[in-house]
Amino acid sequence: MKRILASRELLLLVAIGLLLGLISLRFPAFIAPSKLVDVFNDTSPLILLAIGQMIVILTKCIDLSVAANLALTGMVVSLINLAAPGLPITVILAVAIGFGALLGMFNGILVWKLAIPPIVVTLGTMTIFRGVIFLLTDGKWVNSHEMSDAFKAVPRTVIAGLPVLSWIAIAAVILFTVVMTRTSLGRAFYAAGGNPHAATYAGINVGRTQFWAFTISGALAGLTGYLWVSRFAVAYVDVAGGFELTVVAACVIGGVSIMGGIGSVPGALLGALFLGIIANALPVVNISPFWQMAISGGAIIIAVVLNAQANRTPGRIILKRAEHAT
Amino acid sequence: MQLELRPDVSVYAAPDVVPLLSISGVTKTFPGVRALSDVSLKLYPGKVTALVGENGAGKSTVVKVLTGIYQPDDGEVRIDGRPVRFPTPQSAESAGVTAIHQETVLFDELSVAENIFLGHAPKGRFGLIDKDTMAARAREILSDIGAKIEPGATLKDLGTANKHLVAIARALSIDARVVIMDEPSAALSHTEIEELYELVEELKRQGKAILFISHKFEEIFRIADFFTVYRDGQMVGEGAISDVSEPELVKMMVGRDVSQIFPERDHNIGDEILVVDKYEHPTEFADIGFTLRRGEILGFYGLVGAGRSEFMQALFGITRPSGGTVKIDGAPVTIHSPADAVKSGIVYVPEDRGRQGAIGALPIFQNVTLPSLARTSRKGFLKLAEEFKLTREYTERLELRAASLDTDVSNLSGGNQQKVVIAKWLATQPKVIILDEPTKGIDIGSKAAVHEFMAELSDQGLAVIMISSEIPEIIGMSDRVIVMREGRIAAELDRANITPETLVSHAAGIREAGL
Amino acid sequence: MSTASHFVPDRLQTPLERRLKSWESLLMLVAIGIFIANSFASPYFLNAWNLSDATFNFTEKAMIAFAMALLIISGEIDLSVAAIIALASTAMGAAVQVGVGTPGLVLIGLSVGLLCGAFNGILVTGLGLPSIVVTIGTMSLFRGISFIILGDQAYRGYPSDFAFFGQGYVWWVISFEFVLFAIIAAIYAVILHMTNFGRAVYAIGNNATGALFSGIRVARVKFIVFLMTGLMSGVAAVCLTSRLGSTRPSIAFGWELEIVTMVVLGGVSILGGSGSIPGVVIAAFVMGLVTFGLGLLNVPGIVMSIVIGALLISVIALPRLWAMWRPR
Repeated sequence: MKRILASRELLLLVAIGLLLGLISLRFPAFIAPSKLVDVFNDTSPLILLAIGQMIVILTKCIDLSVAANLALTGMVVSLINLAAPGLPITVILAVAIGFGALLGMFNGILVWKLAIPPIVVTLGTMTIFRGVIFLLTDGKWVNSHEMSDAFKAVPRTVIAGLPVLSWIAIAAVILFTVVMTRTSLGRAFYAAGGNPHAATYAGINVGRTQFWAFTISGALAGLTGYLWVSRFAVAYVDVAGGFELTVVAACVIGGVSIMGGIGSVPGALLGALFLGIIANALPVVNISPFWQMAISGGAIIIAVVLNAQANRTPGRIILKRAEHAT
Repeated sequence: MQLELRPDVSVYAAPDVVPLLSISGVTKTFPGVRALSDVSLKLYPGKVTALVGENGAGKSTVVKVLTGIYQPDDGEVRIDGRPVRFPTPQSAESAGVTAIHQETVLFDELSVAENIFLGHAPKGRFGLIDKDTMAARAREILSDIGAKIEPGATLKDLGTANKHLVAIARALSIDARVVIMDEPSAALSHTEIEELYELVEELKRQGKAILFISHKFEEIFRIADFFTVYRDGQMVGEGAISDVSEPELVKMMVGRDVSQIFPERDHNIGDEILVVDKYEHPTEFADIGFTLRRGEILGFYGLVGAGRSEFMQALFGITRPSGGTVKIDGAPVTIHSPADAVKSGIVYVPEDRGRQGAIGALPIFQNVTLPSLARTSRKGFLKLAEEFKLTREYTERLELRAASLDTDVSNLSGGNQQKVVIAKWLATQPKVIILDEPTKGIDIGSKAAVHEFMAELSDQGLAVIMISSEIPEIIGMSDRVIVMREGRIAAELDRANITPETLVSHAAGIREAGL
Repeated sequence: MSTASHFVPDRLQTPLERRLKSWESLLMLVAIGIFIANSFASPYFLNAWNLSDATFNFTEKAMIAFAMALLIISGEIDLSVAAIIALASTAMGAAVQVGVGTPGLVLIGLSVGLLCGAFNGILVTGLGLPSIVVTIGTMSLFRGISFIILGDQAYRGYPSDFAFFGQGYVWWVISFEFVLFAIIAAIYAVILHMTNFGRAVYAIGNNATGALFSGIRVARVKFIVFLMTGLMSGVAAVCLTSRLGSTRPSIAFGWELEIVTMVVLGGVSILGGSGSIPGVVIAAFVMGLVTFGLGLLNVPGIVMSIVIGALLISVIALPRLWAMWRPR
């Protein structure tokens, strides 16, 4: 654990510190606690999705359908709210998580039982999910005035100085840190992606493990779907369009290896925060927000180059050993 | 009425103890292959049973049946005389059957303790993994087997030998009564193998039943108490090791007498063809220089990790050397890629034939012509007729068996796949052929065929470099031997001086060598 | 030479037999089925001009799909193709503002495509990075640069003769784009199926290490395929910009996924090693016909995407389901 922190996550933490330091040199207001809370809150949806995506990538898969899942689940809970405004929020939350998990399971079952490459499955379900939103609504929006106040209030309610949205992200970080490091399923994700062949020998069903990864990713996407539509108080077909790539970017920047088996919850958190800080800092430092896309692209490329350097396995180093011996 | 053809089963005196684990009548078929046919096997408490057989005899399949990875189609497994079933790897573990697999099946990114306890980690509050207990128990098991490894270390930071110890610790972490060792010494050095034997003795003292799978007869006769022989998925013999001789065991394995005699050769050694001078690499090897003549077989001997394969791969252009020159037929050549090497007439038959040799999903003819496309095509455009012609020429010479030359290589048997790889290289009309461990892991019958073939190539004037870790093979085949140690040439021995003693002492760096 | 004791024939099936039993024939049946269904469903379908218009649904994407097919067969992928279109189009738009003429514009579009392809290729083959991550990165980078340059503005004012590439007709209803599509398809079919280079692409996709050990220059071949993919994105950028007559940074947004879908639908294995150009050609027609047919029935584009997505999954899932449930 210490070693992992030292190599990947610590490096990223230092980079984030430097980034904040640079911004604060000219714009000290950016590192005011209230502003940092804003930044964290704004990044919370990305953190939730990045955790789910990290788990999927750990198992050598990828989930390109997260943003579409988010949009579909968001629309479904909005429509439920529209039809039954009195329904308690706990039910809405349960529906969001459950429905998202169901969509994730659909991905997972295709990957597990039919062994279809995950990129193909989720490329397909991504377009299907968005299409289904259109079928449900005929392309119409669910607007703020159609949502009940309780429905919209949840992510904004402030508890102990932090909005609930942020608290949910924090809870997810803690919960999944424990799941990934202290449960058999968590370790199975690492094993199934790091060495699928060996995992089978250790009694781990690789396909089923991937299925659970997709289910978790789906559940988190569903939860984020409700939080997203209630926070912005609007639901429509193109909610979070293209966001799946930002999520993958957060993971890559967070040191998650696309080849599977390498990654951590703190890494995903830091990767998401890095992108979140940039997105929030641009308007502050007077750079057009149009720079954001290019910057995150550049960050992905730099991160993947650095990750590759860090993970390069050294050769046998026969001569060195010989020198030591003599 | 159907007559079942069965080979004669040679049964030597069996002990009258109840076996701890026994299987009988076990059959397992895969599409097109009957991997196991009505086989049996008995393991006794405190005894080592060696399971011997050629490749494809069904040894690995039976291990997978015993560890719950495969389900047998028929037959039964008994522990203490009671029938048991292993539908999953966990069920085999909880019944006390554990295995140290042929390939080290571990996880680079997990800690040593997690590798040992993956799948059966001690649980604490809320069903969470109890890390402290896990580390303590890992430390205990590791010290039991004499390994000095921190349980908290990440596996990828360990060396090969330590990884192997972790694999053994993993097998012992469950309270096992039956320990299966599938070629455990294959990747180990001499001293590590000695430690392994001590471990086996310790397990015997603890009363565990051990199934030991090995290709090395010396090893089998040293540590096994009983033997069981499989051939073509059938059980063909069993008994006490003290009642059987090596030739008898070999005969049971291959179904006929096989002499360990190496083929006669002409030793028609011609002009210098390859001169390597001062080849070096920053970390792998230094100051490698030698000459090679037409019709010569030059052996490269050394311990595992002496840098032989690393040097050959640099010579073949897979890695870049940091200095040195190569001359072919007196003319200097530059080799920056395998393509350059092939063009200059050097070809390399790698040790890892499955991954580096054939391209399974492509048809035979496309495999054979892959390095020779420049000759079978015109201006970069394929000419299929030429390709079939070239393929036919070389595959017929090697008596390849296949449905057609358009068949995918993955559909061929292992031996025929190897013929495709060799045909591929011969079709380039090379001057120098490098064979990296050409007989490693292949059975006795095929070994003789490979040796025969090498002799034929050298008689035709091809210069052969053979990397081998097997002393009989080095002595039996080489005209000259270069011994490498720690990335450097330790000695160059001519035919008269190649003896087991000189080879071993130079490889291990004992000073009195050759004096 | 000794008489072979065991004669091994060259082939058991002729190439034609292989083809007939292949994915391509199945896909062809689907295409014909859709064509017939469409002609019954809408009276406007069987109209030469309508059909000609329909080809614009897929010609530009298909040009990239051919190069992408080679890339996927070789075991790599390029998700930045649509972003390359955006960047190339932005570069052309910027050139228009300083008065560059049509030949110069085409040259700029193609060069930007090539440069982007080279950038991807260097990162993947030179540094040995996984292409899926690299091109997700360059996808943001290339389109991001377009956004930096254009923001929410658009470039217009392309010369009138520039319109020919996307709007011109060679003869009667045969558009320039369609002719270009056919020529490019033929070129790629020849490269992939009839040259040493194509053979190397298959070998690398099946077993890159084995190909390297067989003397194939793996990195060089992959680099060239990245270049080809970049160049094709440049060609598509010229056609699309010419057809639209304007450049916005969101041009061709999301195309990369449609192009990958087209390639996979055409029978190219996403895991590399197998596939054919004729398959991709038919897949292009299938996708074009579905889009066009549903369009005539006033089905909105987003619903078509459901059909495309379902098609993508089911073409792979159905054969596997069939194999699972078939009685032994």
